[in-house]
Amino acid sequence: MLKHPANWLGLSLALPLPTLLVLAYLLPLAGVLAWSVSTPAGIGFGHYRQIATDPLILSILWRTLRICTVVTLVSVVIAYFLAYHLRFGSLLKKRILLIGVLIPFWLSALIRAFAWLMILRGNGLANTFLQSVGAISEPLALARNELGVMIGMVHFLVPYAVLPILSSLQHIDDRLLQASRSLGASFWRSFKDILLPLSSSGLLAATVIVFVFSLGFFVTPSVLGGGRVVMVAEYIYLQMFQLSNWGLGAALSAILMLIVVALMLLLIRIVGIRRLMDTAS
Amino acid sequence: MKQVASWTGIAVAVTFLLLPLVVIIPLSLTPTSFLSFPTGDLSLRHYEALFTDPKWIGSAADSLIVATLSAVVCTLLSVAMASGLWLTNTRLAPVFITIALLPIVAPQVVSAMIVYYLEARLGILDSYVGLVVGHCVVALPYAVIAMLVAFSRLSRSLERASRSLGAGTWTTLWRVLLPNVKSGIFGAAFLSFVISWDEVAVTLFISGLNVMTLPKRIWDGLRFDINPVIASVSVVMILLTTIVLIVQAMRKTKS
Repeated sequence: MLKHPANWLGLSLALPLPTLLVLAYLLPLAGVLAWSVSTPAGIGFGHYRQIATDPLILSILWRTLRICTVVTLVSVVIAYFLAYHLRFGSLLKKRILLIGVLIPFWLSALIRAFAWLMILRGNGLANTFLQSVGAISEPLALARNELGVMIGMVHFLVPYAVLPILSSLQHIDDRLLQASRSLGASFWRSFKDILLPLSSSGLLAATVIVFVFSLGFFVTPSVLGGGRVVMVAEYIYLQMFQLSNWGLGAALSAILMLIVVALMLLLIRIVGIRRLMDTAS
Repeated sequence: MKQVASWTGIAVAVTFLLLPLVVIIPLSLTPTSFLSFPTGDLSLRHYEALFTDPKWIGSAADSLIVATLSAVVCTLLSVAMASGLWLTNTRLAPVFITIALLPIVAPQVVSAMIVYYLEARLGILDSYVGLVVGHCVVALPYAVIAMLVAFSRLSRSLERASRSLGAGTWTTLWRVLLPNVKSGIFGAAFLSFVISWDEVAVTLFISGLNVMTLPKRIWDGLRFDINPVIASVSVVMILLTTIVLIVQAMRKTKS
């Protein structure tokens, strides 16, 4: 297989990156897994047992799962709407939407969370506005609770969901839709029977990508939750750096990783690796 | 009627997406020393504070150094890998690609944990080298995707033409293949620079006092001393992002 000189050159060019990642990512990952099973008394599953029984940790995991599910569903629905108009809308619509999707996409999560805090906090823009028009008399609790965290996360995740959906919509042949319309199908009928099935792989990819992203996310929840809406990623951070409880942090990371790998395998099984790569490009 | 509905939907969605970016602008122009919406006078004092405070300037320099080095490393590695895979037909290609894409799949906090473990072992926490390593781990998958996409658009006949004219592998790569994926290389460099410039999660785990990038200083500001300078630094970042995107879009329409 390696008789041709190009193969040797190619292989030596291709090797450094995966080699470095094995050394700088996979090996330390093994180290983290080792941390998770090391207790003061030697090797043991004490940290995992604690996770399974401690009501505080269980409630944090449950909250993380709940918030991530809601946020993923909302983000994907909004993203589908945007992607649909980015694909089929007029040039003006496309331009406006592109600006709306791309500028936030490239802006740091931290700054976006900060901006939402300014809008949602007690004396922030939203409450000031609602009070000045007389819609409410007392400020609403919009930040430092789950609602605020969800708004900030949806804002962060929508652009990530738009890209895979848009890519699958772009592979749809226009003539299919024209045909269904000319045969008298209503908008909803051709949406349900043509658009949705043909973009299902992009939709599924977006759902998994966004869900996985939201699971390990801690900037937005931390800024907008203000310590009251601790999700699992922030809890890991606190365990590591305020309590030096590395084993517990490592065990929680291992569980997160397991969930993600399972979801990815499921996605690959349903969508197929080839179509997934198509979607990613 | 349907037009009205779709335009309303678009207006609501775009407002939702852009509102936070617009809202910070008046906050940064407040004359008061705390975060508030200016009621009368506007003031540039928080921009002055930003551009004269050695701490913020130092952080901008740190961010620039780390992001530039990360972009160089990521671009070199990903260009090498993508061109190498293009030249060989190794059966290992899917394995290489899976390894290269792994950090994109892992949750942020897990990557942060992994990098922390690595750097604690190597003793490079809170250093430029440490930050570049951490940021490269996060950015490499994106650079690799950019390069793989660029090479997948390349026609095999280019290579055959070059070889039939007597060029060796190295010349073919250097004079024919790479010039044809130039925009991909630019994209990989741009992506990895921006990812490093904005990186917070891994940075929080591995940096302390020696190296303090802009996002790390903003984070500390949000935690301990929330003041309007954060709004002005945010506005500067938003403007930079917007300008870069416009330049990018103009380059694209030109070519």
